[in-house]
Amino acid sequence: MTVKFTKDHEWIRVEGDEATVGVSDYAQQQLGDVVFVELPDVGRTLEKGKEAAVVESVKAASEVFAPVSGEVIAVNPELEADPSLVNGGAESAGWFFKLRLTNPSELDGLMDEAAYKEFVEGQH
Amino acid sequence: MRYLPLTEADRRSMLSAIQASPIKAATVDDLFRDVPKAARRPGPIEGLTNHMGELEVERALGSMAARNLPAGSCPSFLGAGAYRHHVPATVDHLVQRGEFLTAYTPYQPEVSQGTLQVLFEFQTQVALLTGMDVANASMYDGATSCAEAVMMANRVTRRKKAVLSGGLHPHYRDVTTTDARFIGFEADARPTDPMGSEDLAALVDEQTSCVVVQNPSVFGHVRDYTALAQACQARGALLIVVVTEAMSLGLLTPPGAMGADIVAAEGQSLGNTLNFGGPYVGLFAVKEKYVRQMPGRLCGQTVDADGRRGFVLTLSTREQHIRREKATSNICTNSGLCALAFSIHLSLLGEEGFTGLARLNHAKAGQLADRLAGVKGVEIVNDSFFNEFTVRLPKPAAGVVEELAQRRILGGVPVSRLYPGEMEDLLLVAATETNTDSDMDAFAKALSEVLS
Amino acid sequence: MSMNNQGRPTGIGSADSAVPDTITGNRGLQIEEPLIFEQDSAGRCGVDLPEVPAMRMRLGTVKPRAAVGLPGLAEPQVVRHYTRLSQKNYAIDSGLYPLGSCTMKHNPRLNEKMARLPGFSDVHPLQPESTVQGALELMDTLAHWLKTLTGMAAVTLAPAAGAHGEMCGIMAIRSAHEARGDTGRTKILVPESAHGTNPATAAACGYTVESIPATPDGRVDLEALKAKLGPDVAGLMLTNPNTCGLFEREILEIAEAVHGAGGYFYCDGANFNAIVGRVRPADLGIDVMHINLHKTFSTPHGGGGPGSGPVVFAESLAPYLPVPFVVKEKGDFRLVEEAGEGPAFGRMKAFHGQMGMFVRALAYMMSHGADGLWQVASDAVLNANYVMARLQDVMTPSFDGPCMHECLFDDRFLKGTGVTTLDIAKALIDEGFHPMTMYFPLVVHGALLIEPTETESKASLDQFVTALRALAERAKSGDVEYFQGAPRLTPRRRLDETGAARKPILRWTPPAEQAQAAE
Repeated sequence: MTVKFTKDHEWIRVEGDEATVGVSDYAQQQLGDVVFVELPDVGRTLEKGKEAAVVESVKAASEVFAPVSGEVIAVNPELEADPSLVNGGAESAGWFFKLRLTNPSELDGLMDEAAYKEFVEGQH
Repeated sequence: MRYLPLTEADRRSMLSAIQASPIKAATVDDLFRDVPKAARRPGPIEGLTNHMGELEVERALGSMAARNLPAGSCPSFLGAGAYRHHVPATVDHLVQRGEFLTAYTPYQPEVSQGTLQVLFEFQTQVALLTGMDVANASMYDGATSCAEAVMMANRVTRRKKAVLSGGLHPHYRDVTTTDARFIGFEADARPTDPMGSEDLAALVDEQTSCVVVQNPSVFGHVRDYTALAQACQARGALLIVVVTEAMSLGLLTPPGAMGADIVAAEGQSLGNTLNFGGPYVGLFAVKEKYVRQMPGRLCGQTVDADGRRGFVLTLSTREQHIRREKATSNICTNSGLCALAFSIHLSLLGEEGFTGLARLNHAKAGQLADRLAGVKGVEIVNDSFFNEFTVRLPKPAAGVVEELAQRRILGGVPVSRLYPGEMEDLLLVAATETNTDSDMDAFAKALSEVLS
Repeated sequence: MSMNNQGRPTGIGSADSAVPDTITGNRGLQIEEPLIFEQDSAGRCGVDLPEVPAMRMRLGTVKPRAAVGLPGLAEPQVVRHYTRLSQKNYAIDSGLYPLGSCTMKHNPRLNEKMARLPGFSDVHPLQPESTVQGALELMDTLAHWLKTLTGMAAVTLAPAAGAHGEMCGIMAIRSAHEARGDTGRTKILVPESAHGTNPATAAACGYTVESIPATPDGRVDLEALKAKLGPDVAGLMLTNPNTCGLFEREILEIAEAVHGAGGYFYCDGANFNAIVGRVRPADLGIDVMHINLHKTFSTPHGGGGPGSGPVVFAESLAPYLPVPFVVKEKGDFRLVEEAGEGPAFGRMKAFHGQMGMFVRALAYMMSHGADGLWQVASDAVLNANYVMARLQDVMTPSFDGPCMHECLFDDRFLKGTGVTTLDIAKALIDEGFHPMTMYFPLVVHGALLIEPTETESKASLDQFVTALRALAERAKSGDVEYFQGAPRLTPRRRLDETGAARKPILRWTPPAEQAQAAE
């Protein structure tokens, strides 16, 4: 099991040919109180780097991009009713959707946790 | 100059403060130093008058106003999307309270609870009248509401073809087709339907995002759109019902009860005067499930730091100031004060007053139809109407209306004014609570003279 | 002597002055007011109508509606309701309202009086033209003023507000390109500092939006702009003075570069108040600009409209206006209402535009005249620079002056204090001022954008400056709690926007339904 991060602040946890995607804890801090999450339809095919979901706080609306390509096999059923899960556990209970990967080699271009941490610190 | 409080002494002392600061400017001209020299005018712009006192302005504008024939000064039967109703004195008194009139959009809710509570009440009133779940805080007018409704239906259905009824007001149609051309969707404007006989259900297919009908139609026909709503639903399209005469909502089954997904209406009839066409107030109401695709401002209920009920603008991530190029609409300023007037008028009326007034309008129109049907050569086109109907004349209506105007009677809107070169014998005639028996007598008499 | 003694004490008493919790929740003149729906009594009515005569219903197959639950109130209750609500609003009539880019200036009551003349307010838009010559003359006169003040060739009065005017301008630009067969232009350039409506408008009209960076002095980066210009660019949308309150010094070079690449120069005229009567936009190379009558020309904002957004056009774009417009033929005014007559691109709204706003704006223009408008821009700019000068040392101006009609600060002066821009704004409310525009423009951190306008007196500015200086000092002294608790003296304190957005309640519902929904 590996966790990787993108420069757009998504995380992806890979288990076999399936992966779970969400936004990073840093991203949720930047957004503030999350009030709404729009998730993709199950069955939709996502392309790496293209819009997959929307996350809104009171003052910001952000697109969540697919970290890698794949087919949506599940979305977090709790998020719609309780978007605050993203604030409470961005990298755990606040996950967005699960993918079946179509091109696992795309993972190679993503950052590991240490690299992402460094990247975020460089943002200030 | 009565609007400028600074004295010459003030200006001098302020400039010396500025001169002593890092800004360093000794004169006002120097404050304009970033403007390219060639563009700085040496003095006031030529070709315009200089300042005037109140009295002089009143004289100048008063003489322009005097060259118009106010609808209230003579028998008047004009409608076609703008209606003359009586506005209670209370309405105009209250909207002129400076705290409403001269406030900005309520961005600071702690000091805007007045405007915000009004918007919350307005949204509720509009939802009740239209039979819908949720309404927004207003749009510019009915026509822009209609175009925004179509664009919203395109977003909801992810389709790009709207079917526009031939009974839709041609200005509403044109605003929508103008948007269609520039924004990039298809607007299938159906042939003009003066008899109210079109059937749009067969046109709804898997590409159709929405069907737009108007009730009553621009020709005054009243229709039940329940079957059309079902046909739309069966094919995944939305039904948009346009209402240009809000007074009709006091008598007719509301669009929501017929199955409308979006209602786009003109609210001028309540609380707002004719104003030669504006400002008016667009009403916009939807089913709950579409709220996040809605354009325009929304006010919502919440609590403050002490736990007391209060109101804020909400769901603003749909809007341009956050979403920027991904906003649901670019609308910003809307029709706040006209919405306030609408809301006050409706509060005065209440259920009993509003339904009573709507019935009175219908009764007046019935009387007028009977009266005009007795004029030789005049044929009433409609078998159903609310307070406006179409009549067929033996001569071109535009000339008839002009002759009536010379007799100080505003005798309706020639259909050819809205559809140039078409249906020149048709005339739209409206009656409201403001029309008296003697108005109708005068109209019928003059019409029969003009036609003979 | 005679003793006409009322028996009442006339001193001030010696009671403790703390604000008590009251039984009603009311606080003197601040009176709690329920919703109209909570004051309903069935059958009560605030109007008296004549009896409805017996009639035959002519509704075809449509049934008369059932009751929908509008509340019944009598007239005195309605008057009280709205009067109490109004008292919970801050307004330009109450005090300084320095919202940057919003131009909250005094709204003269003469304007209101003129707009209510029956010859303007009680005229139907589709009356025969022979009966509305004065209304058309008014539109024509307003058009003359707007064209003369901007130096432009043509104007449309149709758009209902500024953002609507932007749509109109961008539609005209696209029409002009299309008329030349130039269909390869797919981009509109917009500076980073632009108001959100600009990119929203360009995107709505089918263009992709490209952002132009700013230079360290808060202006458009001319070299970056030139690098983006090309045969795929339809035009540039630029606010000038820009949203940092600065005049674009290189505006002529910007215009030349845009024109050189075959594009049009759209100016967002939201900030026209800074230059009205002193600088004509046509002399700056602008091709098209909207004007917010509810900003520069004093028509009231009304708590969010109605606005009015006429658009002026240079000769190059003059043929591409929407309908309707007024023409003068043989001494008579006539309305051109159909797009068929010439290359007009279509229609923006029903009827002829915001006539009620036209009357108000013209009343204002005539009152000031050309000489008065010169002074308007002068005093607006002087007031903003005075505020900037007086706050330089305690707050952090984002850019060197002079500014135009508004001055921009960022939150560097709050660094390390734990106090935010929002906190400063809320504390200002307790001091009796409306806050400035906050967190806009986005190009500086924690923006505070102050636009005093020309209708503020020096005394009013001095009081504002004194309050703001004291608040800045207080923030630096570390009194975070004071700020985070503000405002304390308002009808409501800070409101829970997160809760409002997470579980939207957008209308009143009867208590029975509420109870049902909760089950």
